[in-house]
Amino acid sequence: MAILITDRTPVIVQGISGRIGQFHAADMIRYGTNVVGGVTPGKGGSQVLERPVFNTVREAVAATGAEASLVFVPPPFAADAIMEAADAGIRTAVCVTDGIPSQDMMKVKRFLRRYPEDRKMRLVGPNCAGVISPGQGFLGIMPPHIYMAGRVGIVGRSGTLGYEAASQMKALGIGVSTSVGIGGDPINGSSFKDILALFQADPDTDAVMMIGEIGGPQEAEAAAWVQDHMTKPVVAYIAGLSAPKGRKMGHAGAIISAFGESAQEKVEILSAAGITVAPNPSAMGETMARVLSLRAAA
Amino acid sequence: MDIHEYQAKEILARFGVPVPRGGLAYSPEQAGYRARELGGSAWVVKAQIHSGGRGAAGGVRLCRSEDEVREFASTLFGRQLVTRQTDANGKGVYRVWVEGASDIAQELYLGFVLDRTSERIMIVASAHGGMEIEDLAATDPASLKRMTIDPAVGLSEFQARELAFALGLKAGQVAQMVTILRACYRAYRDLDATMVEINPLVITGAGDLVALDAKMSFDTNALFRRPEIHELRDRSQEDPRESTAGDYGLAYVGLDGDIGCIINGAGLAMATMDMIKLAGGEPANFLDIGGGASPERVVRAFRTVLADRNVSVILVNIFAGINRCDWVAEGVVQAYREVGLTLPVVVRLAGTNVEEGKRILEGSGLPLITADTLAEAADKAVAARAKLAA
Repeated sequence: MAILITDRTPVIVQGISGRIGQFHAADMIRYGTNVVGGVTPGKGGSQVLERPVFNTVREAVAATGAEASLVFVPPPFAADAIMEAADAGIRTAVCVTDGIPSQDMMKVKRFLRRYPEDRKMRLVGPNCAGVISPGQGFLGIMPPHIYMAGRVGIVGRSGTLGYEAASQMKALGIGVSTSVGIGGDPINGSSFKDILALFQADPDTDAVMMIGEIGGPQEAEAAAWVQDHMTKPVVAYIAGLSAPKGRKMGHAGAIISAFGESAQEKVEILSAAGITVAPNPSAMGETMARVLSLRAAA
Repeated sequence: MDIHEYQAKEILARFGVPVPRGGLAYSPEQAGYRARELGGSAWVVKAQIHSGGRGAAGGVRLCRSEDEVREFASTLFGRQLVTRQTDANGKGVYRVWVEGASDIAQELYLGFVLDRTSERIMIVASAHGGMEIEDLAATDPASLKRMTIDPAVGLSEFQARELAFALGLKAGQVAQMVTILRACYRAYRDLDATMVEINPLVITGAGDLVALDAKMSFDTNALFRRPEIHELRDRSQEDPRESTAGDYGLAYVGLDGDIGCIINGAGLAMATMDMIKLAGGEPANFLDIGGGASPERVVRAFRTVLADRNVSVILVNIFAGINRCDWVAEGVVQAYREVGLTLPVVVRLAGTNVEEGKRILEGSGLPLITADTLAEAADKAVAARAKLAA
């Protein structure tokens, strides 16, 4: 099964006619992702990668039955594109775009709340690497060959650190059910907690690797949720032990500005909630292996 | 992006926040002239730098004559002011603000920030202002009143009124406070701010509310639609290495160590710094070369890292997704030749086109130290540094 995307999920790409959109759409198709079309306003009726292009997401959904969308739209227009997808009935949207203004995201989050639960779109990102269910399909910009199919979920803010975790696990023979990048922005569509809940409910996921970083309250919220609701083991790593306070470390959201936002504090909060924290970033794989073997022995 | 106090006051005044009369000076003479222009018998002379804590650092003084204004201003211009918020180099003073002294009966705190929990703009206010918000939160947390604002509705008058009464303001001041709160909110929203702070917001002897100090920061992601804000950028207040790196699309943060880092992805960059520290070293910088890095961008990254004289070893760690290891390897080789590198360089490549990348490094004949894993790369960088020291 996996979460968010399988080999059957019909996918459209918003911004498919752009150079970057087209490049990654081609990669997704090569991997076996069920890409059924794309949207570029004004390019409706044309074809890209032998797929139909539509002017609006609504037309694309009506014609193709698309359920998921990958948003590759430049920052000034990205928030609008996300809201268009939500209104057209897309179930899952992944937004890769880096550089969306915070207030645009505030508006997007408020907008998504207007839909009833049964037709509310789930947004992943922005500023993320995307979502991959190895062997089935992906929505994003990750190098798919580094992932091995398996039964451990990955959720993290950083793209490259997610790759690092997947490759460490692969080297130890541990595969991935789905890997989800939630992105490095201060306001994002899905939080750690949201994705952990999906993994908890997924029969094909046995454990989760959670990769956090400095800044924001989401790791602490996730810790509280894990303690109260999660029966599957969670292994975590928090990046930024050596990051100074008050400086933005690349990601717009990676800044220690309040109590509880430093890596040290987050490690303490996660450990107190019973989560196994990897002592360093090169021990993510072996920590997961140890937790899984303890679980198997029990 | 930060702006100066006087610029924040000008902006907030435009939205309806009362501020003291004042004038900007670029020289001590001009500061004296400003004082005469303003009239009165007492003036506050304030160094304009992008940092709080100026008062305690000697950047602000109450002066009682034009001569005193000129003299104090002459000690400020050209000085590097070191506050508890700056690094040891401090920030250069090139502009001075002179304003009429206010008669202060009470100091309040007022801040607007992005609250990441509610994902809304939040007001933080206290009847006990004047000190830094961090100190206030530590010493007097009960005095802090918080309120979030629904972006679809904006700040309602009743909310503003509730807050004003909660701060213990008198009936006549509540209306003034409501005006100030709504003005700040509109300024925040309309200009894509990330922070508006008035500290202190004072109640004068006559019972009027006035913004005695003001600070605003802006969302760099929104500057494309705020050209009037973008124009206020003052590069003299930025770390020159960081602003130059930014011009080339590199996210760079200078630190105190000696192992220079060139990495792709913010998370991996932080993780690599952590790994260096665990291996017994100290990172000299955070540097994310971003996605789709060309060999030229890699060369630029080398130049940026090498501009820091403390750097004794360079560690390149790339896990390529949209990047390509072969391009990065070409960049490393090119940098080595162009920059005339003599320092040890440790390179770890993984991901897209890794085999081609490794072949380029090996074929170059350069004395590069290669590593396969993150841990190995950090260990080798720290070992190379130890060897230099020996």
